[in-house]
Order: sequence, then structure tokens, then C-alpha cells
Amino acid sequence: MLDLAPIAMTLAADSPAAVASAPAWVMLIPAMPMIGVVLCTLMSIMGVRSKLPAFVTVACLAVSFLLTVFMFTGHSEGWATAVGWEWLHYSWGDGNGQNFTANFAFAVDGLTILWMLFVTGLATLIALYASEYMATDVGQGYNRFFIAFNLFVFSMACLVMGSNLLMLYLGWEGVGLCSYLLIGYYYKKPEAVAAAKKAFIVNRIGDVGLALGVYLAFVHFGTIEYTELFASEKLQGYLHDAAEGHWSHIPWQASAIPLFLMVGAFGKSAQLPLYVWLPDAMEGPTPVSALIHAATMVTAGVYLIARTYPLFQVSEIALPIVAWVGTLTALLAATIGMAQFDIKRIMAYSTVSQLGYMFAGLGVMTSVGAGFHVLTHAFFKALLFLACGAVMHGFAGQLDLRKLSGLWKVPGWRIVTIGMFVGCLNLAGFPLTAGFFSKDMILAEAFVTPGFALIGWILLFTAGLTAYYTFRVFFRVFVGPVEYHAGDDHHGDDHAHDDSHGDDHDAGHGFHPHAPGWAINFVLATLAVCSIVAAGLYFIGDHGWVAGMIHDSTAHIDPHGDEAGGSHGSAALFGLDPHKAMYYISSVVGIVGIIFAYAFHLHGRKSAGEAPAADAFKAALGPIPRWAENKWYVDELYQFLFRGPLLVLSHIFRYVDMLLVDGLVNLMGWLPYAVGGRLRRGQDGVLQSYAASMAGGLALFLLVILLLVNQSA
Amino acid sequence: MLEVLAQGAFAEPMASITLAHYLVLSGAMFVLGLVGFVTRRNLIIMFLCTEMMFQASGLALVAFARYSMNLDGQTFVIFVLTVAAAEAAMGLALVVLLFRKQESLSAEVWNQLKG
Repeated sequence: MLDLAPIAMTLAADSPAAVASAPAWVMLIPAMPMIGVVLCTLMSIMGVRSKLPAFVTVACLAVSFLLTVFMFTGHSEGWATAVGWEWLHYSWGDGNGQNFTANFAFAVDGLTILWMLFVTGLATLIALYASEYMATDVGQGYNRFFIAFNLFVFSMACLVMGSNLLMLYLGWEGVGLCSYLLIGYYYKKPEAVAAAKKAFIVNRIGDVGLALGVYLAFVHFGTIEYTELFASEKLQGYLHDAAEGHWSHIPWQASAIPLFLMVGAFGKSAQLPLYVWLPDAMEGPTPVSALIHAATMVTAGVYLIARTYPLFQVSEIALPIVAWVGTLTALLAATIGMAQFDIKRIMAYSTVSQLGYMFAGLGVMTSVGAGFHVLTHAFFKALLFLACGAVMHGFAGQLDLRKLSGLWKVPGWRIVTIGMFVGCLNLAGFPLTAGFFSKDMILAEAFVTPGFALIGWILLFTAGLTAYYTFRVFFRVFVGPVEYHAGDDHHGDDHAHDDSHGDDHDAGHGFHPHAPGWAINFVLATLAVCSIVAAGLYFIGDHGWVAGMIHDSTAHIDPHGDEAGGSHGSAALFGLDPHKAMYYISSVVGIVGIIFAYAFHLHGRKSAGEAPAADAFKAALGPIPRWAENKWYVDELYQFLFRGPLLVLSHIFRYVDMLLVDGLVNLMGWLPYAVGGRLRRGQDGVLQSYAASMAGGLALFLLVILLLVNQSA
Repeated sequence: MLEVLAQGAFAEPMASITLAHYLVLSGAMFVLGLVGFVTRRNLIIMFLCTEMMFQASGLALVAFARYSMNLDGQTFVIFVLTVAAAEAAMGLALVVLLFRKQESLSAEVWNQLKG
């Protein structure tokens, strides 16, 4: 089935501007998950009650990953497209911009390959993990899970590999749908259903922006094919104007495109003000949280901006807005994450926060830093989620960090603990980890970009908070005295705040944690290794491997000075080259955060539930921790500002509909009925009376005729 | 009014009998049939009354045909008579059936079809 013979192809022609054609087998990369969908659906119909769907999924995705690797090794430079078929074609005239064409086609460049490598790679690993994690649901639920899982990878591949904005939109909606289906996987739980709806609706708000952006791009540039759009003279002219500072030469339509596109990106990537859906999305099974809501789907917004980076550069305000939204989201989410007790939710807020970093990176013009952070974050955040998932799996859904402690010493939990530790070091930005390098790129760039120093300081402060809340989880749950209480048994049930479960200090009486099996351990170990190795990517090539990939794409920044996110000759921070200085500064900040976490949450802690130092500090802060624990009441604010008024409005509309519209319709029905009710009394069933009325009618008719004839005579 | 209808002449020796005579006779027969139909309850009598109304209209048709020296009306009457014969066969059969159902010839017992 797989013809891998033409591996030795060259994907691009000699000139980087020319569009080469990619070998047709790159279309198998999205096709493999689709085959997985079909196979899992068939198994669902046949009622397979085994782990078969999981292994089919792993096989399909592994093939997809291998093909992506071949695509990477075979790729040289520039665009390479593979056209499937003409998808849409409308024409309403012969002039320029009077026909609309969208091919079902794939376009490959560095950015695409970068994304596809970690999407298919992580999807394969997480599918393997899920084969064990979802084992309690073997049967229809298991099949359903893997159908949606495959469909998600297919949609993501369309989103990333598509050769035009409409393909991106198709994938965008597809991943949104799969996200909805998988968050609502435990559809008997009202919280899960509510979370699924919330995610879908909030994403739709963003999607409106994306749709308008795509529409406007077509209207203004006359095409949505990437290869034509980014090479168009119009856009090149605008970019030239922008570089020269002639912002007024650029028509407002062109500057408005990025503003619409970013709304879509904010929705999908959970940025202010649309971030509220992501923490609730943790109601889904943990593999889903790891793959969709941490590693891949939520980075679609970053991908969108990176992909349409030239469009963003023609607006004076677009990238600064992106930078500020990202920064504020990073800070806000980190402060909320500090006060949560549910470890999965802490990870969710940290995802929101880290996505904020990526947006800030894009905003301060280091698409390389953003891309690198996406990559490292994908690995270590998937690792963290999967480790949390293993805990949840083993302790019957327990996720409250006040009810778990010292898992390191519980038999069978070594690999999980080590995985968690590696993930935490990365997230905290501990020196020489992958997360450290990628975060530093963004931080340093923020400091050296004129006018963005404040963003740099906020992000640096947030990095300290990140280190604190990350190690808060680690010090509470994985080290310290051994103590654990079971959750309430459901996989999907993520918190058991009531104390009825597990008698106090009754460490494990009657409850035996269920240590993870080979699949979970294998995946955690692999991801831990990947997270460590990812740091090495920074040292490959000129400015790191990711820089090479990004520069071979539309996220490439035109060289003004040194483009690689590298050191700007003129800029300096504390008299040092900013990137070098940032290594030391952020190391110190990260370690200080970890020390605080140690002092508050490990030092002198005797039980799972009480950390004297942290509790004392919390009491000293007054009501602020409680506000943070309640997520700064943002959900309540939205309830008050939007949901409440909308509910009132919809009630008003309901009554308008009920009384006015339904009233009119019902009146139309009632009128003949009422009139008929009166008239039918005349129908007495007696033949003679009918005859009499006929005769009377005839007589009347004749009378009228006679009168008329008389008159005219 | 009647003067208008009396215009035109029949051939001798019936020159004194005008179209109006026939029409008056026809109208009288029709009204008699109608009154009979409305006032009587016996199905057979009612049926005969409809026959009388038929013949009244036939008479008018023949008179008009003769008046305008045109055979169309007479032709039409032949058809009417044919239909009336068929209708009489069916009508009387129906009356027999109705009688068997209710053991009565009164039209009043058949009043189920009321609103």
C-alpha cells in the first residue's frame, strides 16, 4: 500500500520561490488517521470488545509519523504542494478576483513539517498510553474514543498541511468538533457535557473571527492559496511599506485581516478573553487533555499566526496586540494556577500560561522562539498531563494535591515520578532543560525589542510563578510523607473535595493504588527522554534546528539585523548580550520559584493535607488566594456580562416567539375552525332543507338577474 | 319583460302560442317539482319531483330550439332523457336499498351527515 520508493526525491526546485510538487504519498499522512477512523467505525459496528481499536490507531498513526519523518528528510527548501482534487470552484466573471478556487491540497514547508512531526509523533505515543488508560471502557466507549482520536489527528493534519486558508478552516472546525466530542466523552456526567458545550461555544466566537479573516483575505488579495497569497505583489508591496514605516499606504482592509485572524487564534489557543474553556476541558479523559488541550490543538492558534505572519506584519497594531494579550494571559493564568488544588487544572492553567508565552513570542517577532516553545511545550506538557493521568488512573480519580503525597515511595510509581520531575523541570525553566532554552528565546527577544521591555519583565515574573506552582505540585504529590486517599472511582471524575473518601490519615487502608502498566510507563519514559533531548535541538545548526525549520516557511522574518531571534548587535541587557544575560537571569528566577515551592510545600510538611508554611503564608495574604482559587471570578464576570443578559434576551425572544409569532400562526389555524364551527350548524343533515336553501339561492340569483336586466333595459 | 320574451313568432297554426307560454309552463312545472321536493318526505315522491324538474327544463330547451330554428336544443333534450332514464334506474335502486336498511321511505331518517 505504501510506495516509499521515491524517498530520494527533492521536494523543492532549485529556486526557493518556485513551488515544487510534493510526492503524492504525503497525502497519506492525513489519510492514515482517516483509515483509522474507518477501521474503528467498522469495529464499533461489529461490536469489538477488545483493545484492537487502540492498536489499529497506534499502527495508523505510527505509519503517519514515519511518513512525516520521510517528508522531513526529503524536504529541501521552500514550498512543495500535493494537490488532491479541486474542492471548490466558483466563477462569476473573468476579472481578477472574480473566481474562487480552493483545492483539497497539501502544501509542505518547514513550519508544516515542524508541526506535523510532533503532532503525529505525540499522537502515536498518546494513543498507546490511552490503550491502557481507557481500558476500563473497553467496548463501545473505547471504540468511540479512538474514532474521535483518529478524526482529531486527521483534522489537525488538514489544518497544518492544508495548502490554503480554507483547508486550514476545515481542519480548524474538525479539531474543534473532536475536542467537543472528547471533552464530552463521559457524557453521563453533567460537568463534562457542560464543559464540552462551553469549549465549543467559546471556540465558535473565535471561529467567527477566523472566518471573517479568511473572507477578507480573499476579498482583498483575490486568493487564499498560501503559495499565491504570500507571493502576491500586493502583499509584498505592503510588507515593503511596513518595513519603511509607511503605515498609511496600507489600506485598512489589509490591516484588518490579522485583527480578525487573531480572534480565531485567541479562541483556539485559549487566550484572553476566550481562555475560559480550556480549564473546564479537563473533564475529558486525560490522554485527550494531553494531546488536544496541551500539545497540539491549542497550538493551532500559534500555527495560524506563524503561517500568516506576513499578513500580521502589514498591520501596525496586530503583533503588539498579540504580544500583550499573550503576556497578560500568561500572568493571569499563572496566578490562577498557583491557587488551584486539582493537579490537572493546575496543568491546564499552566498550558494557558505557556500558550501566552508563545503568543508573546510571536508578538515580539521571534517566531523561532514561539515555534521552539511550541515544540518543547508539546513534549513536556504532554508528559506532565500523562503523569497526572497515571496518578488519576491509579488512585481512582484522585487529583486533589491535598490528598496525595509521597508517591515516589509507593511501589510501582518510580517512572511516573521521574517523568513528572523531568516535566516539572522543563516547565519551571530549570537551567539547561528544553523549556529553559525556548522560554529564554522569548524572554530575551522581548527585552531587546524596542517598546516591549515591560512585556519582558512581566514574562520574567510569570516564569518565577510558573516555577513555583509547578514544583508545588511535585513537592506536594510526589515527595514528602506517604499518604493517599482514593478518589471516587470514576476515571472522568476529577475531584473529590468532600472528605468522606478515605478516612483521615488512613493511608491506603482498604485501597490499593493501581500502579501503571507497561504502556503508560513506556510512554512516560519515552516522553521524558524526548523532553530532555529536545534541549539538544537548540545547539543544532546556526540558531537551533527549529530556527532552520521556521526560516524555511512563511513565519520567516525578513532580516533587519539578525533575524534568527539571535543576538541583536546593538541591544544589550545589563551590559551583556541579552540572550546570554537571560540565561543567568531566568535561571535565578526559576530556581527562586522552586525554592519558594520547597519552603512552602515540602519543608516541614507532615501530612498530605497540611503544609504549615504555605498555609501561614496564605493566611497572611488575606482574601487574595481565595480570589485566585476562584479564578478571579472571571467565569462569574462573564456570567454577569454575557450569559445573564443573553439568557434574559433569549427569554424575551422566547416570549415574542410564543406570543407574537406562534400567536399569528395559531390565529391562522383557529380562524377557519371558528368560522366553520358557526357555519356547520346549517348542515342539519335533512335533505329538504338543503334543497330549500338551494332553491332559495336560485331564487335570489334569478331576482338579481331580473333586476339587473330591468335596470339595463 | 314578458313582451321581450314573446317576440318572434311560431309558424301557423300555432301563431298565437308564443315562446312565453312554453316558458311559463316550464317554470310552473319546475316550481311544482321544487315545492314537491322540499315539502314531501317520501323518497319516491321526492324522486318523482326531480323527474318533473328535469322535464320542465327539457320543455324549455325544446321551446327555445323551436324558437331559434335550431336543432341543438332538441338534440340536447334527447341526451337529457337518456341520462334521466339511467338516473331513474340507479335512483330507484338506491331508494330500494335505503328502504331495506331502515324499513322506511322517509327522508328524515337519513340525516346522519350533519355538521
